[in-house]
Amino acid sequence: MEAAGHALLELVEVRKRYNVGLPSEAEVLHGIDLRIAGGEFVALVGPSGSGKSTLLNIIGLLERMTAGSYRLQGEEVGGLDDAQLTRRRRVTLGFVFQFHHLLPAFTALENVTLPALMAHGRVSDRERQRACDLLAAVGLAQALHKRPAQLSGGMQQRVAIARALVHRPPLVLADEPTGNLDTASSDEVFAHLRRMHDELGTSFIIVTHDPQLARRCDRVVELIDGAIAGDTRPPAAA
Amino acid sequence: MATSDAERGPLLGGWLGFERRVALRFLREGRMQTLLIIVGVAAGVAVIAYITALINGLQGNTLTKTLGAQAHVTVRPLDDVVLPARPPMPGTAVMPDIQAREQRPRSIANWQALVPLLERRRDIAAVSPMVSGSGLALRGEATQAIALLGVDLDRYDRIVGLRGKVVAGQARLAPGDAIIGRELAVDLGVRPGDRLTLLASSVGEPVRVSALVDLGVRDLNRRTVIVPLRLAQNLLGLPGGATSIDLTLPDVWQADALARELRQQLPYDVESWQHANAQLVSALNAQTVSTTLIRAVVLVVVVLGIASVLVVSVVQKRREIGILRAMGATRAQIVRVFLVQGAVLGALGSAIGVLLAVVMVWVFTHFVRGSDGLPLFSIGLEPVTALRVALLATASGVLAAIFPARRAARMDPAEAIRL
Repeated sequence: MEAAGHALLELVEVRKRYNVGLPSEAEVLHGIDLRIAGGEFVALVGPSGSGKSTLLNIIGLLERMTAGSYRLQGEEVGGLDDAQLTRRRRVTLGFVFQFHHLLPAFTALENVTLPALMAHGRVSDRERQRACDLLAAVGLAQALHKRPAQLSGGMQQRVAIARALVHRPPLVLADEPTGNLDTASSDEVFAHLRRMHDELGTSFIIVTHDPQLARRCDRVVELIDGAIAGDTRPPAAA
Repeated sequence: MATSDAERGPLLGGWLGFERRVALRFLREGRMQTLLIIVGVAAGVAVIAYITALINGLQGNTLTKTLGAQAHVTVRPLDDVVLPARPPMPGTAVMPDIQAREQRPRSIANWQALVPLLERRRDIAAVSPMVSGSGLALRGEATQAIALLGVDLDRYDRIVGLRGKVVAGQARLAPGDAIIGRELAVDLGVRPGDRLTLLASSVGEPVRVSALVDLGVRDLNRRTVIVPLRLAQNLLGLPGGATSIDLTLPDVWQADALARELRQQLPYDVESWQHANAQLVSALNAQTVSTTLIRAVVLVVVVLGIASVLVVSVVQKRREIGILRAMGATRAQIVRVFLVQGAVLGALGSAIGVLLAVVMVWVFTHFVRGSDGLPLFSIGLEPVTALRVALLATASGVLAAIFPARRAARMDPAEAIRL
C-alpha cells in the first residue's frame, strides 16, 4: 500500500480533442489538473457529456491525451507506446465497468483468474486460491463455477470487482459500477468496493451519477463541461 | 510457484495457455457457427483428399497398364536413311524427291558390351536385350501374323514382370519354348505343352508352348510370341544380334531425362515411354493440372469459409476483445487468439475430412465396379497424402485467420468497451 499523500497519479493541463484537424474537431477536456494519492477513494461525478468517461479512459491508459502531462506512479506515461501502455495497464490498473464485461464463456473463477492466465499462460495454485478468496470476500464462494449468465447483475458486478483486484493493482477504475443495478444491489456492490478499499488499501476512482454514493466516497471530484468544477471531501469522509 | 495440472494442460504447459483457452472458449461459445465451418472444412478436405487418391489411383493404374508391357526406355539402332551422293553446288537450286528406305531388321552394334555399361548405372533398374520382328505362327490350317520377341526370360521379367502375367502353364524359355498371348492361343487352338511352328524371314522353327500370358491389352495378347533370344536371332536372320535394349528405371518419370542423356552419349535412337506415349502423357498432365485447379479452388473456398467465420467472430466478440485489451492483453496475444482459432478449425476439419475421404475411398473401392464385376481400379489414401492435406488445411486455417486477427488486434479497447 502506497503511503497516503504520496501522488499515485498526477495530471497536469490534460486536454483531449477528438477529430483533430477535421471540421468536427472538439475539445472535451480543457486542461485537467488532478492529483490522486495512494489509497484514496475518489468519486468522479458530473453530468452526462462532461468528460468523466474520457478522463477515466485517459487515466486507465485506454485513450491518449492530446496535450498535457500524466504521471502514473511517478512515471510520465504520455509518451509510452502501445505495448508499454498495455503492460502498464496489466500491472497497475484494475477495471470495473458499468456492464461488468465478464467473458460469458468463462466461469466466475475463470474470469477472475484471467489476468494471471494472460500474464504467464497459466494459473498457479496461489493465484487460484487468491481468486477464490476474493470471490468469497464478495460473497460468491458458492458461485465459483457459474457462468455470468447464471448470475444476477449484482453478482456479475461483484465478480468484476474480484477480477479487478486479483492482481493487486494499486489503482482500480470503476466506470458507473452500480449504474445498471437496482438500489439494493447497488448498495451491496458499493459496500464491497468500500470494504476492498479499506482492507487492501487499493486506490479507487469511481465514476458515478449517484450523489448518494458519491457522498460515501472520501473525495468527490466534479467535472462540468470538461473542466474540474469542484474537488471536495464530504463531511462524513473528511 | 506451484501450478495446477488442470490449468497447465498435460502436454503444452503454459505455452499459449491464454490464447488457447480464450480461442477454444470463443469457438465453443459460437457452437453452431463453429460446427458448420468445421463441417465445411471437413467437406473441402475430404474432396481434396479423395480427388488426390482417385487421380493418383487412376494415373497409377493407367501407368501400370501402359508400362506393364513396355520398357521405360528403349535403345534401338538408328533408322536407315538416304544420304545425297554429293552436296549440291553452291548457288544450285535442288528439288529433291527422296524415297524413304525400307527398314530392315538391324542389330545394335556391340550390344553385348553396352548392356553391362547400362547395368552399372544407378538410375537404371533393369536391362534386357531383345530381338524383335514380325512373323507367322502356324498350326495346322491356322495361320496368324505375330510379333516375335526374343528375350532372356529373367532379364525381360524384370522389365515387364512377365512371370506375373502368366495365366496358364509355366514361364520357361528353354531352347524350343515359346510363351504366347492368351488370345493367340485361342485363335490357334493351342494350350501349354502344344506345338506350333514359327515362320520369319523364310525360316521356320517348331516350338512348344510353355505358358500363356495376359499382357493387359487384347491386341498384344493376339500377336505376341516370346521366344529365347537365340531362337529369335535365327528366325529373324540376326545371329548374335539384338534389335533393341529395354531399360526399366526406379522412377518412371525420369525416363525422358535419361533418354536425352543416352541420346547424347550413344549413336542410337533412344526413346522414352513418355515419347512413345505422348498423347497419354499429355492426357495425364491435363488431368493433373485440372485436379490441381479443383483442389486449389476448394482450398480457397475453405480459406474463405474460415476467414468469414472469424471475421464475424471478431465483430461478435468486440466487447470481449476490448475488455481483454483493457485488462492488459497485448495486440500480439489477440492476434494469436484468432490464429489459434483458425488452426483449430483447420485441424479439426482436416481430421474429420480425412476420415470422410477414407470412407469415400472405401465406398469407391467396394461399390464402383466395371462391366466384368471387378473394381475399376484400386485407389487408396496414403498416410502421407492424408497428412499433407491435413497440414495444408491447418496451415490454410491459420492463413485465413490472419486478416480477422489483425483486425481484432487493431481494435480500440475504449471504443470496443463503449459498445
